[in-house]
Amino acid sequence: MVIVGAGMAGARAVIALRAADYKGPITLIGEELHLPYDRPPLSKASITSEEAPAPILLLDEDQLRSLNAIFINHTKAVKLDVKAKTVALSNGQSVAYDKLLIATGAKPRRLTIPGGEHAIVLRDFPDAEVLRAKFKPGKKIAIIGGGFIGLELAASARKLGCDVTLIEAQPRILMRGVPEAIAKIVHDKHISEGVNILTGTGLARLEAQAVHLADGRVIPADTMIAGIGAAPEVSLAAEAGLKIDNGIVCDEHLRTSAPDVYAAGDCCNFPHGMFGGRRTRLETWRSATDQANTAVANMLGGSVVHHALPWFWSDQHDLTLQIAGMGDLGIKTVTRQLSPEAFIIFHITDEGRLVGASGIGPGNSIGRDVKLTEMLIAKGISPSAAQLADPNIALKSLLKG
Amino acid sequence: MTQWIEACAAGDVAEEDVMRFDHGGRTFAIYRSPSDTYYATDGLCTHEKIHLADGLVMDHTIECPKHNGRFDYTTGAAKGAPVCINLKTYPVKVEAGKVFINIA
Ligand SMILES: Cc1cc2nc3c(=O)[nH]c(=O)nc-3n(C[C@H](O)[C@H](O)[C@H](O)COP(=O)(O)OP(=O)(O)OC[C@H]3O[C@@H](n4cnc5c(N)ncnc54)[C@H](O)[C@@H]3O)c2cc1C
Ligand code: FES
Repeated sequence: MVIVGAGMAGARAVIALRAADYKGPITLIGEELHLPYDRPPLSKASITSEEAPAPILLLDEDQLRSLNAIFINHTKAVKLDVKAKTVALSNGQSVAYDKLLIATGAKPRRLTIPGGEHAIVLRDFPDAEVLRAKFKPGKKIAIIGGGFIGLELAASARKLGCDVTLIEAQPRILMRGVPEAIAKIVHDKHISEGVNILTGTGLARLEAQAVHLADGRVIPADTMIAGIGAAPEVSLAAEAGLKIDNGIVCDEHLRTSAPDVYAAGDCCNFPHGMFGGRRTRLETWRSATDQANTAVANMLGGSVVHHALPWFWSDQHDLTLQIAGMGDLGIKTVTRQLSPEAFIIFHITDEGRLVGASGIGPGNSIGRDVKLTEMLIAKGISPSAAQLADPNIALKSLLKG
Repeated sequence: MTQWIEACAAGDVAEEDVMRFDHGGRTFAIYRSPSDTYYATDGLCTHEKIHLADGLVMDHTIECPKHNGRFDYTTGAAKGAPVCINLKTYPVKVEAGKVFINIA
């Protein structure tokens, strides 16, 4: 078994292969220098922690040894030959596979406006170290993009005493994937924490120390960061002739268009087994693990359809947001107020099917009920709007029917 | 050595639920199983120190509200990624409608 990409999905695939009692050889190939590590802390604790951060490892040397997996770090897979079933590496080596898992993740998009190269991006641990060094008290930080990474970085930069401006081209932050009521709470929180948010504002160009807005305003900045989303890393697969369409196109078993080649994680586009085969590409931590588990089961001869529900969380200031299911399939929403500051919005289709939940609240106030909603969705239970809205009716009791 | 501490009244924890109990600068989680047995573990998830009392109890499992790490609260066993370190458990006894845990 060969795995290309030693991030979340790649590391979890190694663990899953051994957990399933696979005894043969495993080779994990990663372009980065580090052992596989966790990315979510990079925008949060890795930047704000008092002590110098170390990557939070997903697999350490001891585990790799006890799992009997070969890890080739700092080495890129440069060519895939699906006929010969080999992967050529940047160190000149060629690795043969019976089954191959592509888990190459995603790469941050870059700004294409003039001067766009002045904006830095965040994806890996060295990027986080760069930002950490730049987020000094009083420094002017301009963040372009009001998505999750941009907002989390804004919160981290404020915590460190920076002067933060966040610029979003859309009329509001978190335009994609988050209901307006939740985006408003997040927006207000950032404002009260001292982040300057400019929405509906396009860019003209960047200069070394300033963002020039389309309307002529100039925002001086010591550091400019682009948080404008990520594109799936598909070059290896595309050059080998695999089908690509917003990611590596897979079937419901996470098989690519080439025999014995599978994909998992941020690079993978697949029809979701829970939502009528609707195609999706997820960029979330839990999905990377879930997909690795599905792909591994199938690499070992199973025929498991990928069913795990999409789930995502984001931490900003003292707020946590969680999103589960596929809320955008819903046309109606129902809100359950858990406490004065915490609520969950349920997403319901016009046939009344519960398809998603989006929650926000301080600390961990929403985790339990979002989880219960996931279980309701997975079981195909759709409570009435009145039941969902009433915080006195425990979601757990609805689950047990 | 034993050091039994009164944690709560038996009725304070709902069936198949969990409650937080703080004592002497430490935090514990007290569970009541579906079959009405009480258990106690350390109160914080071994992944990122999140209060497990905000989590979800299903049968003998407590699921952390942060990243859904799962433990068997009767043994403390971590049930897989993202949690890999077991939870410490504590003996529990119920006397005269009160729950005591041995935190020694
Ligand atoms: C800063 C940040 C914060 C995040 N926060 C959250 C969060 O709060 N909640 C959440 O749910 N998700 C979050 N995510 C998303 C989550 O981390 C990703 O969805 C997850 O890491 C995806 O795993 P992956 O294995 O698909 O990709 P990655 O973890 O990106 O791993 C892919 C690996 O493949 C390597 N690679 C690529 N091409 C090659 C090649 N040709 N040869 C060899 N190696 C190659 C890359 O170098 C990389 O190491 C965050 C992501 C980032 C970047
Ligand atoms: S903090 Fe409990 S699973 Fe991460």
